[in-house]
Amino acid sequence: MMVDGANPVTEKRQLSRGKILPYGDRHGDGMVQVSFTLELPDGPEAEEAGRQVMKLMGLTDAQIVASEPLGPSFTFFVGYGKLLRPVDLDNLKVAKLPWEKLDPETINKMVRERLGRPIVVVGAATGTDAHTIGLDAILNYKGYAGDHGLEAYSAFRVVNMGSQVENRDLVARARELRADAVLVSQVVTQRNVHISNLTALVELLEAEGLRDDVVLVCGGPRLSHALAVELGYDAGFGPGTKPSEVASYLAQEVLKRKGV
Amino acid sequence: MNMNSPGRLRLNLDPDAIAACHESAQAIAEKVWKELEGLSTVAVERAVARLFGIDGVDSAGSPLPNVVVDALSRSGGLEDGVAIHLAKACLETGGEPQDVAEAVAGGRLDLASIPDRSRQEAEAKARELARRAIERILTRRREREELISRLGQSRQPWLYVIVATGNIYEDVVQARMAASQGADIIAVIRSTGQSLMDFVPYGPTTEGYGGTYATQENFRLMRKALDEESEKLGRYIRLVNYCSGLCMPEIATMGAFERLDVMLNDAMYGILFRDINMERTLIDQRFSRMINGLSGIIINTGEDNYLTTVDAFHHGPQVLASEFINLHFARMAGIPDEQIGLGHAFQIDPWLESSLLYEIAMALLVRQCFPSCPVKYMPPTVHKDGNIFFAHALDTMYNLVACLTGQSIHLVGMLTEAVHTPFLHDRFLSIQSAKYVREASRGLSDNLSLVPGELVEKRAQSLLLSAKEVLERVKHVGLFAAIEEGVFAGVKRDRHGGRGREGVFKKSARYFNPFDEILSGRDRHSREFLVE
Repeated sequence: MMVDGANPVTEKRQLSRGKILPYGDRHGDGMVQVSFTLELPDGPEAEEAGRQVMKLMGLTDAQIVASEPLGPSFTFFVGYGKLLRPVDLDNLKVAKLPWEKLDPETINKMVRERLGRPIVVVGAATGTDAHTIGLDAILNYKGYAGDHGLEAYSAFRVVNMGSQVENRDLVARARELRADAVLVSQVVTQRNVHISNLTALVELLEAEGLRDDVVLVCGGPRLSHALAVELGYDAGFGPGTKPSEVASYLAQEVLKRKGV
Repeated sequence: MNMNSPGRLRLNLDPDAIAACHESAQAIAEKVWKELEGLSTVAVERAVARLFGIDGVDSAGSPLPNVVVDALSRSGGLEDGVAIHLAKACLETGGEPQDVAEAVAGGRLDLASIPDRSRQEAEAKARELARRAIERILTRRREREELISRLGQSRQPWLYVIVATGNIYEDVVQARMAASQGADIIAVIRSTGQSLMDFVPYGPTTEGYGGTYATQENFRLMRKALDEESEKLGRYIRLVNYCSGLCMPEIATMGAFERLDVMLNDAMYGILFRDINMERTLIDQRFSRMINGLSGIIINTGEDNYLTTVDAFHHGPQVLASEFINLHFARMAGIPDEQIGLGHAFQIDPWLESSLLYEIAMALLVRQCFPSCPVKYMPPTVHKDGNIFFAHALDTMYNLVACLTGQSIHLVGMLTEAVHTPFLHDRFLSIQSAKYVREASRGLSDNLSLVPGELVEKRAQSLLLSAKEVLERVKHVGLFAAIEEGVFAGVKRDRHGGRGREGVFKKSARYFNPFDEILSGRDRHSREFLVE
């Protein structure tokens, strides 16, 4: 809230260039909102423990604004505090994605002109994962958030194997179809099972001598490009990815590898 | 059961169109059953073994129902049904079915080499064993009825939440807490892989992906905890698990023995979403529903799942059509409408203009087409992307539509959908919002009426007519061909493909299943026994 006549920007907490703090309702206030549960009955002890949690997070002026008992032995807190140690933008390392976003027409045109056939893409949700929502959003015609899936492109021939596909079946299918790209979706995870599933696929492709023949991509809510590369994938796509982003990457990467 | 009603808020629907939908759906279900009547499955036979009291595992950890059915399958006697073989073995050895199963597992007894007896004698023994099982189930059913009449229960809509820690003991902690916060129904989520396992794990489990296994011991542990919680809270808390997958009939049996109250049981879900063979699923669903019906369990169908794969705005007619089909499959299995909880969902793109009106139209339409069914309404999930604050706002609108349109079972949406399985406080916040809306909107539908010819009514009428056309088309080509064409949820399946097909077999002329006979009322004496 701004008080008449006061210009918060000119107040003493003016940040220097390249430094950034969370913004609540004025520049430099560092205000952060948190919520969490403690395994303690509601009361003064729980509330003090809650404030302590926020201090340990590095927040100052920790304030609990709501504490709600969740049954007899747990309490839920909503709190506000200030984070006054700024982030130094000059020292940030941001993973730059090694591809450029293209529109569908450009993708279709460049694949037609340079490859002369559609890129063959095989996709599956592997292991026990029964969720196809991410995979379908990327592959199926309908797509996601108004962005059509790979099936809608003339540049791709899509084979969607669906859910609960064994890695060996996926590899067999990729071989049979001479796939240019393999897409793996992992949604559900517990104790990092998605990681071991994904690593097992890389190992299987290597054992079968297929790893270098395909562009290998994974996607899912717990994945990022950096993690995917670490696991031996060529690329990884996290939550909110649009099909056109995957399409852009695949078209550029496959054409680059084919040297066309 | 106190069925919820949308009060004065009613759509003007053509009764002839509703009647035509019922007629087509009934014809569809009957035709399927005529084609499948001569078949049984390993899962049905294993359920019969469980109903006869067989439980536990052998030295290698294989469940005894599997051991017995596999042994019969190898020796070539399975075509007669497991019941007659177990009855003969009991007569021969003087033991109980459990003793017989243990002897088979220990290699001390070969079911195929038991000397033949008169058909009459063996069938009489099988009937006796079946009646014992039915009495065991009816005892649990009466127990539920007594608890509800003594403790009472919430007014509808009943708030339904999930627990999914992957560890049954942790699930128990969370379930107790959810009940104390106001939940009326607790669903324990299974491990994602279980639907494709052709056996049911044994004993308490503390692992799984996205949930822990449905086992009889887990059912018992959770029921016991919720009974204690029900006593403490002074209202009956219902327990849910899943019949779907390759073991529908067995899990229905376990649910009946451990007094579960609600079970997910869809006639087509396994086919569409788990690629289970059509014949296998349709045979299994029938037997599992016969057991659900007997145990007084409310079944929940899975039409809401369609809307997670296809667009909710355009697929309303398919959802309604599927509900009619699911209803008639359930009726054919002897389940009364009061136990048929047809499913649907609030999944239309929230940014579509008038989306709330379309949601109201669909919700009211389902409520009015199935007035005696405890319909189950599912919250938005597709249009939640991690913005938990918007998701909470969306859930609140969903809560309002659920209350306004008189839904019976109200699955409480989670603000953290698409982020992680619910935290303790996610469930608290969601139940708090649902409870607030339920109490704050009490009586709202009695104070409102719809303007004839406006958007809500027009939308509902057009959905009904389209559903009628879908059903006529399915009736014309048959359900198998319709699924092959991808009519439901845009998923195409081949009649002879899919998982678990090898577990379907042709019944011999000597096949006998006493439960089929008693529960479908073909045996007059048995029917009287049930009515008592």
